[in-house]
Amino acid sequence: MKYRIRHVTRYHYSEAVNLCRNETCLLVRQTEHQRCHNSVLQISPEATDIHERNDFFGNRRTHFAIQQPHEMLTVTAVSDVEVFPRVYLQKPEQSHPWEMVVEMLRTQRTPDIVAVMPYRYPSPLIPLLPSLADYARVSMTPGRPLLAATMDLMQRVYRDFSYDPTSTTIATPLAEVIEKRRGVCQDFAHVAIGCLRSLGLAARYVSGYIETLPPPGQERLIGADASHAWFAVYLPGHGWLDFDPTNNHQPLEQHITVAWGRDFSDVSPLKGIALGGGKHQVVVSVDVARQPDQPLLMHQQQQRQGP
Amino acid sequence: MISEPETAISTPGVADSYRAIVNAAGAGDFSEHWQRLQQNLEKMGLRVHTRFREAQRLLRENGAIHNVFDQSNNTRAWQFDPLPLIFSVAEWGHLDQALVQRAQLFNLILRDIYGPRKLIENRLLPPELVFPHSGFLYPCADGNFPEPQQLNLYSATVAKGTDGNFWVVDDHVNQPFGAGYSLETRVIMTRSFPQLFEGLRVHRLAQFFRAVRQRFGQLVRHNQDDPRIVVLTAGPTHPDYFEHAYLASYLGYPLVQGGDLVVRDSCVWLKSVDGLRQVDVIFSRLADDASDPLELLGHGGVPGLLQAVRRGNVAMVNPIGSSVLANPALKAFLPGICRYFLGTDLKMPSIATWWCGQPRECKYVLENLDRLIIKPIQPLAHLPKATPGRMTDIERKRWSELISANPRLFVGQEQVDYVAFPSFEGKKLVTRQSLVSLYVTAYNDSYLVMQGGLSRVASAGDNLLVAGQRAGSIKDTWVLTLEPHQQVNLWLRSATDVALSPHFAPLPSRAAENLFWAGRYAERTEQTARLLRSVLVKLREVREFGDPDDRISLNHLLQALTHVTLTYPGFTGKDAQPKLDDPRSELLSLIRDIDRPGSLRSSLRSLGRSAVAVRDLLPEDAWRMVDQMQSWNPRVGRALIGSGRMYDSVQQLVLQLSAFSGLAYENMARETAWQLLNIGRRLERALNLIDLLNETLVPCYDSATEARIMETVLASCNSLVVFRRRYRSFMQLSPILELLLLDENYPRALACQMRQLKKHISELPHEANIPAVGQDEAIISAAMEQLLATDHKALTRQISDSGTYPLLEALLADQKKRLQQLSDSLTQLYFSPTLALQQFGSPLRELAL
Repeated sequence: MKYRIRHVTRYHYSEAVNLCRNETCLLVRQTEHQRCHNSVLQISPEATDIHERNDFFGNRRTHFAIQQPHEMLTVTAVSDVEVFPRVYLQKPEQSHPWEMVVEMLRTQRTPDIVAVMPYRYPSPLIPLLPSLADYARVSMTPGRPLLAATMDLMQRVYRDFSYDPTSTTIATPLAEVIEKRRGVCQDFAHVAIGCLRSLGLAARYVSGYIETLPPPGQERLIGADASHAWFAVYLPGHGWLDFDPTNNHQPLEQHITVAWGRDFSDVSPLKGIALGGGKHQVVVSVDVARQPDQPLLMHQQQQRQGP
Repeated sequence: MISEPETAISTPGVADSYRAIVNAAGAGDFSEHWQRLQQNLEKMGLRVHTRFREAQRLLRENGAIHNVFDQSNNTRAWQFDPLPLIFSVAEWGHLDQALVQRAQLFNLILRDIYGPRKLIENRLLPPELVFPHSGFLYPCADGNFPEPQQLNLYSATVAKGTDGNFWVVDDHVNQPFGAGYSLETRVIMTRSFPQLFEGLRVHRLAQFFRAVRQRFGQLVRHNQDDPRIVVLTAGPTHPDYFEHAYLASYLGYPLVQGGDLVVRDSCVWLKSVDGLRQVDVIFSRLADDASDPLELLGHGGVPGLLQAVRRGNVAMVNPIGSSVLANPALKAFLPGICRYFLGTDLKMPSIATWWCGQPRECKYVLENLDRLIIKPIQPLAHLPKATPGRMTDIERKRWSELISANPRLFVGQEQVDYVAFPSFEGKKLVTRQSLVSLYVTAYNDSYLVMQGGLSRVASAGDNLLVAGQRAGSIKDTWVLTLEPHQQVNLWLRSATDVALSPHFAPLPSRAAENLFWAGRYAERTEQTARLLRSVLVKLREVREFGDPDDRISLNHLLQALTHVTLTYPGFTGKDAQPKLDDPRSELLSLIRDIDRPGSLRSSLRSLGRSAVAVRDLLPEDAWRMVDQMQSWNPRVGRALIGSGRMYDSVQQLVLQLSAFSGLAYENMARETAWQLLNIGRRLERALNLIDLLNETLVPCYDSATEARIMETVLASCNSLVVFRRRYRSFMQLSPILELLLLDENYPRALACQMRQLKKHISELPHEANIPAVGQDEAIISAAMEQLLATDHKALTRQISDSGTYPLLEALLADQKKRLQQLSDSLTQLYFSPTLALQQFGSPLRELAL
């Protein structure tokens, strides 16, 4: 499946900003399940000091500065991504028992295992909480295969937590999310990751987009999409397996991965420091558009001819 | 204890007890150097006690052990102990090698943690001590950081065990540094106890600092010829600000705060009075995670700093991220790591450390909570007290819970039995356990150890391992040498054929602004104090003689005081009469109420705050004077305000303020810092004078009243004597105006302030390419011109029955406006006010279904 994704972030300042420095995590990375054909940033006003690098987690991170006074900042990321159908080879019931995975993670020191260690511990937004372990143990019963148990955990988060964009902000601590059983995709991913880590498993936060399809008979609304988040658990010998607790399924062809990290703080799409600026307002729009299955070059030409 | 006879030292009995003490302490045999020290002590006799008090006072006055601006309540409260801790040549040789090895080891660990992480793969270091440790900074671990990540400075706290072996108690890579305190202690020793050094060859400390300077120089990647190196501090409220300022000033680097630095084009720039100057090396005293608010989670620091480091445009000492080494649990794994990296054993062991992240060790720690020292592996808030052997049941329970819930976060450490050394406590010779902090710098391809250190002495019954950094006494540390003294000059350059041109360090804009305000507050405080002094004299006269004319001139002085201090309504306005009738409460408040802007103590505190921010730029004695004045607070009640005691107190303050300006005048080089201090002073004096004259001389009175007012005006300007000598006449407005307004050569006259301002401003660096360049010079020239074109006789003309002198009033108003414009212009041209930083985290909650 091919997608063109347009992710626009616009800041309005009440007073001029003289200088700002920013870091984005908006460019789409390559993964086993997707190929990013093209991913570019458009920044207005003109940015200087632009440097792209791969961060610790392998994400594409762009640093830039705007060194002239400005009252508005627009950052647009446009990406053409091809997502391959994921095949979840393993039947959940046949994976290793979760305790065995914990033991392997604890005792082995192969490069693969060392590489997933950062995802085993508390992270800035996901502390170790007794309530997480308690919640996890209902799914992680003794001897249960890891994937079956994780699937069950995902289903329980889907069932037990209500989606409520008004209930939490970025600053809402995880403990409160658990207590109130409300939140958004980011919170659900954090809850599941915290559960898995509290038992000694490796789990990571995945940020990206999801294609939303309009109800039958209706037009797709452009720009009405949003960025999305889910989680992945590490199974030695197989690698990372994704779960989407907001939608209660394992991602197939409709999830586009941008970046991953220990939690949201590692993959925040855009952060910055501004000198001056007074108050600011921010508007974000995301558009995930399915592209006809044609060679990319032609597809680009078509776009240029469009409105 | 205090009542011990003062002759204690010189009596033979005490010499014996000294010997006994030294032997019992196990400081080796009663070897030659301890004997020598004892002889030197005996020779000093009773002088020891006076010198001891002097040293304690010096330590305090220099600000090493108290910081009135520190808001952390964490100020060091050290006592001074004049008996040094002495290392023999042999003993030191071993320590020196062991410390170099340890610094090398930590450097290798740092590079591995941020590089290939072989230690984890090879099971020499548990991953729990790296990945979730608060000192491990992921943005510094992405492989884009310059190699090699060099650990440049390292410090170890060492104890001597009763078996004569040394143990490392603590390793430090960032805070605290402490080498500055060590230097300060040596300075005080040589000043107060020069006799103690007799016959002992003690290594100097300067060589270490020369190596530090050389090392910093090697880190410079651009601008090799004229490298810019700065010391970055969190500011005067930091408990160790003294050391930051001390090191900056000793090493000759500008002391800057985060707001002084800006990142542009991936380079770090210092905002200075002569524009942006690129910075090559930053000796950072900030916490690691507070150094770049863009990429790290802490607040403060310089946005974009990490990117500048990544691009190789600035070097940090120590590298950002090295706090991952600030972890006591590493001690448990050092022996294995040492064998892995260096193929040998550790030359000096660490105190036994059990990391609770391992089940067996955890069990041991939980079972021995009472006798171990419990520490977290990274800074943690809200921990209960942990005093081995003195834990309450509640504390013990709380610790057990904390450790069990998060074992990987804690270690238990053994309490070592370590040697006690001779020490002075009050006037008594005692033995006390001591720890010594030793300092290491990277030097060429290896490390160099400072031949000296900072020793801390436990108070009686206290355990230094537990009491923390800020308790007990400090003492000098002597390393003996067989060599005769080599003169080491910090400033000798290794390249001999380089032609040296005078080098002026850039003056940071914030420092410039603080100097300007220090000048203004010093003058404002002085002016307020002088006026108050006149008021107090007049108040007494009114009470003694009851002359109604005195009463009227008192009222005018009181009103002038309100105007000059801007403490409205005060003695002015329609409700002022009760206060004028009995001014004592208002006066007391204007003197003592530190939280009332305009009061004497409030101005004094503002002077202190500006001065402490630039203490590295002020002459040492001038700073000391400011510091001393901070405690000025006359304890005189309302009823006694007219008595001589309050007058004496204010008089004493006037003298201290004069001493401050005199010390600055005599000791500061005529560079930009000096110009700005004086511009502030002159500007303030001019504004004050204008306010005073406007309030007192602009209104017309009958001749008797006028004469009295003139007299008090002259008195508060310190000009009465000059006027009488020069004019030998009755009080007349016109000559007074000639003297106070127009005499360019009279240091209290407005014209003189203007001329000085003009001169100082013309000597400021003028960067050609900033907008409004030269605006300051234009303003002051125009003001000067207007003043010189004035005919003082015309000013006293009364045009109508307005009850005022309108031409004088207009002139004063005009001059005031111009001076305010000048102040704004200076702010814009030189101080570039730091705008508020705002952090926009990602607003973008991921919202999709």
